[in-house]
Amino acid sequence: MPRQEYIQSLNELQDEILLVGSMVDKAIQRAVEALRTRDAATAQAVIDADDEIDARQIQLEEQVIDIMARQQPMASDLRQLVTALHVADEMERMGDYAEGIAKITLLMGEQAPIKPLIDIPRMADIAREMMRDSLDALMARDIEAASAVWQRDDEVDELYEQVYRELVTYMIEDPKKIERATYLIWVAHNLERIADRATNIAERVIFVSTGQIPTREEWWDKRLTERGNGAGGGSEDRIPPVGV
Amino acid sequence: MEANPTGTRKPNVEASPSANDAAQANGPAKPDVLITEDLKFWYGKMRALSGISLNIPQHEVMAIIGPSGCGKSTYLRCLNRMNDLIPSARVEGRVIFDGENIYARNVDPVQMRRRIGMVFQKPNPFPKSIYDNVAYGPKVNGYRGSMDDLVEHSLRQAALWDEVKDDLKKSGLDLSGGQQQRLCIARALAVEPDVILMDEPCSALDPIATTRIEDLIRELRESYTIVIVTHNMQQAARVSDRTAFFMIDEQSSGSLVEVDETQRLFTTPSDQRTEDYITGRFG
Repeated sequence: MPRQEYIQSLNELQDEILLVGSMVDKAIQRAVEALRTRDAATAQAVIDADDEIDARQIQLEEQVIDIMARQQPMASDLRQLVTALHVADEMERMGDYAEGIAKITLLMGEQAPIKPLIDIPRMADIAREMMRDSLDALMARDIEAASAVWQRDDEVDELYEQVYRELVTYMIEDPKKIERATYLIWVAHNLERIADRATNIAERVIFVSTGQIPTREEWWDKRLTERGNGAGGGSEDRIPPVGV
Repeated sequence: MEANPTGTRKPNVEASPSANDAAQANGPAKPDVLITEDLKFWYGKMRALSGISLNIPQHEVMAIIGPSGCGKSTYLRCLNRMNDLIPSARVEGRVIFDGENIYARNVDPVQMRRRIGMVFQKPNPFPKSIYDNVAYGPKVNGYRGSMDDLVEHSLRQAALWDEVKDDLKKSGLDLSGGQQQRLCIARALAVEPDVILMDEPCSALDPIATTRIEDLIRELRESYTIVIVTHNMQQAARVSDRTAFFMIDEQSSGSLVEVDETQRLFTTPSDQRTEDYITGRFG
């Protein structure tokens, strides 16, 4: 096949995306584990490791620019490269959210837990699966698998709402718990955002496969049609304005 | 273009009506100035084109790309009957220009070529002065207006005036390659054609001269319809509004695989063969 070197460089780019994906996956898993076990050392390790994710995002961008400048990619190759830029950005932000969770663990320090963590680790598990599935769908250019990632975002949204209500109830009942409950709302928010970023990657699978970029409304229409009802709304509407 | 449930595009393959579907998505469709209907062409017994149907909208740049020997230059030369000069050549099908088949018996090819001009791969100015190169066509056609004005206007349109205005008596052959090609474009423009056919107009030029011709093509689009054959895919991507991809079919004849808006063809081609060609997987 002609253009061996070019095709090789496209394949290397895919490998690099998967590698960064596994780093982010590990960061989320360790951040939530550190929170659950109040392990400051692990939390600090997650924070330190985020520099490596940031560096790799920049490296990925440079790789894409290099291929574009030298090889004049066209058609699906061009879409793959543009997608790589977006996906690298999404993953870098996911890494930041994991880092944010680790920072919250450090902020919480020795404070007693207000409740055992059940839903938050569950949210983390789903968000991680969504991220891995979105990357698998991307590599396979599998629109159905990408659509399944979108479906799962509902689960995370529902868990987030549940956690939010529960923690607000704790705060109303006992104002001494407000600070600790707020920390956990931030954590849940970060996990909800990670899941949203995974859906962004899923969205890009549609683009890389078809050249179409579905609007948020089109996705929602599709999902509402599939669920057969008119209810629903973006999690963006519900999230409290916090930043970690 | 019709909406379809999967959100994917209907492929635009070898059918002139659908060839223009994509354009209709972006505002009102432009009228087609040249319509090719099932055009077949033979060199002796060898069929070089197999049933090409392609519409060329007015005031657009249509690029024709494809691997060597796919019939793209043959097709271009069919659009103003330049192939008439080849003794063994035979044409079937129709090329409709201004409501009339240019291959009809009553059509005078010389008159027709005045309205469908051509610029060739190698600049071929006449061994005459710059002025005479431009004035030649109008003179032959009995132009009665101010020749000086027409020469200046044509040279300005071809973005050559400022470089030659002080030395119009100089031989056209003394210009650089890029200037010679622009002189040939000025010569083509002087007879006020509707369509300009360009057969790899930059392949003999350096990158700077190429850029100037490409800028010129974009400007000329405002007033003329341009059909350009090019080996250089990036050039097609840069200058054209619409791109047609030709390939050799199973019978070794040149055929149209796909035509679409250039932006679409180079980002999301409908046909796998186009995808393979433009990504360099073959060809």
